[in-house]
Amino acid sequence: MDLFIHQVLAGLATGAIYACMALAVVMIYQAIDHFNFAQGEMAMFSTFIAWQLMQWGFPYWAAFFVTIGISFAAGVLIERAIFRPIHDAPILSHVVIFIALFVIINSFAGFIWEFTIKAFPSPFGTKPVLGEGLLSAHDAGMMAVVGIVLLLLYGFFRYTRIGLAMRAAAANPDSAKLVGVRVGWMLALGWGMAAAIGAVAGMMIAPVVFLEPNMMLSILLYGFAGAVVGGLTSPVGAVLGGFSVGVVENLAGTFIPYFGSEMKLSIALALIVAVLMVRPSGIFGRKVVTRV
Amino acid sequence: MSAQFLSVRNLNAFYGQTQVLFGLDFDMAEGGITTLLGANGAGKTSTLRALSRMLHTVGDIRFEGEEISRKATEDVARLGIAHVPEGRGTFVRLTVEENLQLGAISRPDKRAIANDVDRIFNYFPKLRERYYQQAGTLSGGEQQMLAIGRALMLRPKLMLLDEPSFGLAPLIVQELFGILRTLNRQEKVSMFLVEQNASLALDLADHAYLLETGRVVMSGPAKDIREDEGIRRSYLGY
Ligand SMILES: Nc1ncnc2c1ncn2[C@@H]1O[C@H](COP(=O)(O)OP(=O)(O)O)[C@@H](O)[C@H]1O
Ligand SMILES: [Mg+2]
Repeated sequence: MDLFIHQVLAGLATGAIYACMALAVVMIYQAIDHFNFAQGEMAMFSTFIAWQLMQWGFPYWAAFFVTIGISFAAGVLIERAIFRPIHDAPILSHVVIFIALFVIINSFAGFIWEFTIKAFPSPFGTKPVLGEGLLSAHDAGMMAVVGIVLLLLYGFFRYTRIGLAMRAAAANPDSAKLVGVRVGWMLALGWGMAAAIGAVAGMMIAPVVFLEPNMMLSILLYGFAGAVVGGLTSPVGAVLGGFSVGVVENLAGTFIPYFGSEMKLSIALALIVAVLMVRPSGIFGRKVVTRV
Repeated sequence: MSAQFLSVRNLNAFYGQTQVLFGLDFDMAEGGITTLLGANGAGKTSTLRALSRMLHTVGDIRFEGEEISRKATEDVARLGIAHVPEGRGTFVRLTVEENLQLGAISRPDKRAIANDVDRIFNYFPKLRERYYQQAGTLSGGEQQMLAIGRALMLRPKLMLLDEPSFGLAPLIVQELFGILRTLNRQEKVSMFLVEQNASLALDLADHAYLLETGRVVMSGPAKDIREDEGIRRSYLGY
């Protein structure tokens, strides 16, 4: 039983990482109906920016918020400069550009900061908070950060006019234009917010996995899994999905015989497939009730 | 002569390579209700989409003297042209409240918006009962009322209505057209009404155009067309 609780807690801790990433994935998916394969690399690059700022003497939280600002601006810029011109192009063009972005950002980070791993500080410290080896202060802090991001997003989408306009633009672009919503800019804003959330995810993850250009490879996969399990429609679903993936992954790695930690990653993929087979709209995906 | 309210000259519209509107000319006076009649596929929806800049066109479209044929859809809406599209364009997952708020999303005068919601409740009391409900759960008639309410939230000068009677029971249609008449008089909203139901539209409108395969084949005061049996027989089929 102890082992079980231990593994659930550990799963929640890694789940918080996936939840962060899943949140960023869903933000983009809502706006453009595609997965952004370069999302992880964007988050990694943001984390390097934070690291660089700290190297230049910025205190942690200053670097944290400046990085969020830079990432937001970069997200908006990427949408305006690269994706707006190809807005009506086929999905394949988008995929090619996502992959190109992925490779470019990855090698650019390696070029500037090299591929050696770097330590990234945690603002919460690493002391255990729930007994030895259970939940570290960083794990707890990370969960709190995910919770805060989620609350901010909820408040933004639920209570601000621009949040409402963004939801309208994602749900029905044509109708949104007819009421005067500048749909193109809402898209760009969605990219900016996703990039900012990705930056938060990267900065929270880096103390756990260390900072290097390939740090997000498997995490993005888990983030996708969390987003899909969560139904791709709601930030809350994404976060719950992310936590579920973390917990399932840990429990499977521990309790299924012969299922070593090397096999853990395939859990994410197996989970995507399983959920989509049983519930194509995801576990937390909304079904619309419509009458005509 | 003062600038025309709405004036369209030699308007041609295309879906890709396919041309669907051929040299349309029409005008509309401020404060009036003009109807565009035509059979299914005549090009009525395309005409409205052209006015709202959702379709590639060649030709002149002037609204209050300003050329709008190169503007974006959002900017046309912001000039005060509210388009109630075919199929109503409801945001089905959002609540009635949010749908109405979206109608006013481009307006800066936040305080007046709450008043306008109340005014719209006077015309459509059902929307008050359904205020916090998901719009997709409303009946067809209620959704049409919501679509019109959403358009009114823009405080439009001109409303473009695409077959508001479509799919609704005759009694609901009667009620709806009565409200449209009241809105036109009390709120001073000009209306450009597209309909297949000619007799209904001719009762409401003051001026009418008849569209056939993308061309205007007949126009005149609604009253004259309504009373001309020849036209009714050969063009309107009733
Ligand atoms: N999205 C589209 N792509 C290609 N052709 C279209 C499209 N929508 C309508 N059309 C064609 O344009 C013509 C006019 O259609 P429409 O404006 O919808 O007519 P109406 O509203 O009078 O029924 C029809 O021949 C129709 O087939
Ligand atoms: Mg039509």
